[in-house]
Amino acid sequence: MSKSSLKQTLQDLESKKISIRELNQDYLKRIKEKENLNVFIHFSEENVLKQIDNLEKDNSTKKLKGIPIAIKDLFCTKSMPTTAASKILENFNPTYESFVTQKLLDEGSVFVGKTNLDEFAMGSATNTSFFGNTINPLSKENEPLAPGGSSGGSAAAVAADLCLGATGTDTGGSIRQPASFCGVVGIKPTYGLCSRWGIAAFASSLDQAGIFSHNVEDASILLQSIAGFDQRDSTSAKVDIPNYFENLDDNLNGKTVGIPKEYSIDGTPIEISQIWEDAIKVLEKKGVKIKNISLPHTKYALPTYYIIAPAEASSNLARYDGVKYGFRSDEINSLDEMYENTRAQGFGREVKRRILIGTYVLSAGYYDAYYLKAQKVRKLIADDFNKAFKECDFIITPTAPSAAFPLNEKQNDPIKMYLNDVFTVPASLAGLPGISIPFGKDKNNLPLGIQILGKHFDEQQVFNAAVSLERSYE
Amino acid sequence: MKIDKNTINKIARLSRIKLDDKESEDYIKDLNSILDWVEQLNEVNTENVEPLSNISSSILPKREDVSKDTNSSEEILENAPDKLEGFFAVPKVVE
Repeated sequence: MSKSSLKQTLQDLESKKISIRELNQDYLKRIKEKENLNVFIHFSEENVLKQIDNLEKDNSTKKLKGIPIAIKDLFCTKSMPTTAASKILENFNPTYESFVTQKLLDEGSVFVGKTNLDEFAMGSATNTSFFGNTINPLSKENEPLAPGGSSGGSAAAVAADLCLGATGTDTGGSIRQPASFCGVVGIKPTYGLCSRWGIAAFASSLDQAGIFSHNVEDASILLQSIAGFDQRDSTSAKVDIPNYFENLDDNLNGKTVGIPKEYSIDGTPIEISQIWEDAIKVLEKKGVKIKNISLPHTKYALPTYYIIAPAEASSNLARYDGVKYGFRSDEINSLDEMYENTRAQGFGREVKRRILIGTYVLSAGYYDAYYLKAQKVRKLIADDFNKAFKECDFIITPTAPSAAFPLNEKQNDPIKMYLNDVFTVPASLAGLPGISIPFGKDKNNLPLGIQILGKHFDEQQVFNAAVSLERSYE
Repeated sequence: MKIDKNTINKIARLSRIKLDDKESEDYIKDLNSILDWVEQLNEVNTENVEPLSNISSSILPKREDVSKDTNSSEEILENAPDKLEGFFAVPKVVE
């Protein structure tokens, strides 16, 4: 099965080689064939056909007119329910549209459905969803693999060719890690590049929207469409958004790449070290200077993250109280009982675990020892990157410490699960843009990802390095 | 052990999440292992380090001081599990 790119499809639509209806019917057919992967929490063929009807009546020119896009079910959409993969939002129908999805609608894209995720984006395998696991489309029969997470449904939707692009969110690696597991491209831009307005909040100082696609060119087109200032998000940045696609330049001659020694960690499979070395060699051949750098506080990034993210989550998720929207328990003899039962029955195990830990580290007597300490270490981690970027233009590392693992692999140990994010979390804490691109396979023929990190708001450099590596790999 | 039965009950109460005995036991175990693991941050000298709460390098722009009516109470109430005469409805608070 050869997958069409977004770029090619736009040309085919333009030249009338294919109609919007034909294009989407092709995708609808595949979505129905691949129902067993459990990619979508919400899919309605009728809804898709209605969007096509409307686009056919619309004579205006739009950049993404007719392009099938899948939306992570963390983005509020007026036309479809929004659940955050939680029972507590099971019947939530937003009365407003998120900034990012509104931009995509304005450009004429077709929303094929809302994709599965870890509940409230908390997880690394899309196995904490109230709506069941998503299966990695690269799984062999009878050996289902995890798609990664939390945006596992979106990554799987692109990998199974159920759309030409998908939105995701990344708090500690939730775009880059599933992109690596599913063999697709995934970019998390700089914190503040895309408005978080209308995205169910997890950890507000880290959450950022991004894109999954078949290739780097497509990602550059789609990211430009969802980026931009929005006054309804106080952390949204007022920066000019370049035309990433027009500016793509795979000539890296004279650039410097940083190789952080702290990312060589014990227990990383040899194949992952190998693709990292391969990528460095490719860059060297292209005239890129190789610079060994040090990010000395790297090993503290995960424990820092697992204080800050749950702390912010415990505060953000206080809004789910059974009063304003979503699920309310039936056992409600008093107001307090209503809160406690609603939240006990509405949240899943991992979400509760994080709310509890977050409440603890913010509670009186422990705030300084945990939360404030973590914020200080976060500063040191961000400073490490600032210093490193004085000596290099971009940094490359592996994306994840493993290829996709079996779906049924018991994940009873939370810390073991958290280690999936070891290579992605540091850049999240520093708010830096990062992309994962497929770059090689392991011995089981499963894709492995390379991560490219750039300076704040230097997505162009990240795309340039990514497209250069991608073209040399193909 | 940092988290015992009393502590977990207190945090659960603060979080407004009812836990049964089995769950309490599980979370005591989980939270203690996570807190032991994050303990390694104490190795880092953070004297004179400013806590980082906002990574955004951009300056918050001012907006025009004009009021906007963006939501109607009807829309806001649309998803309420229980409502009454234009208000959210909850169980009786005072007898």
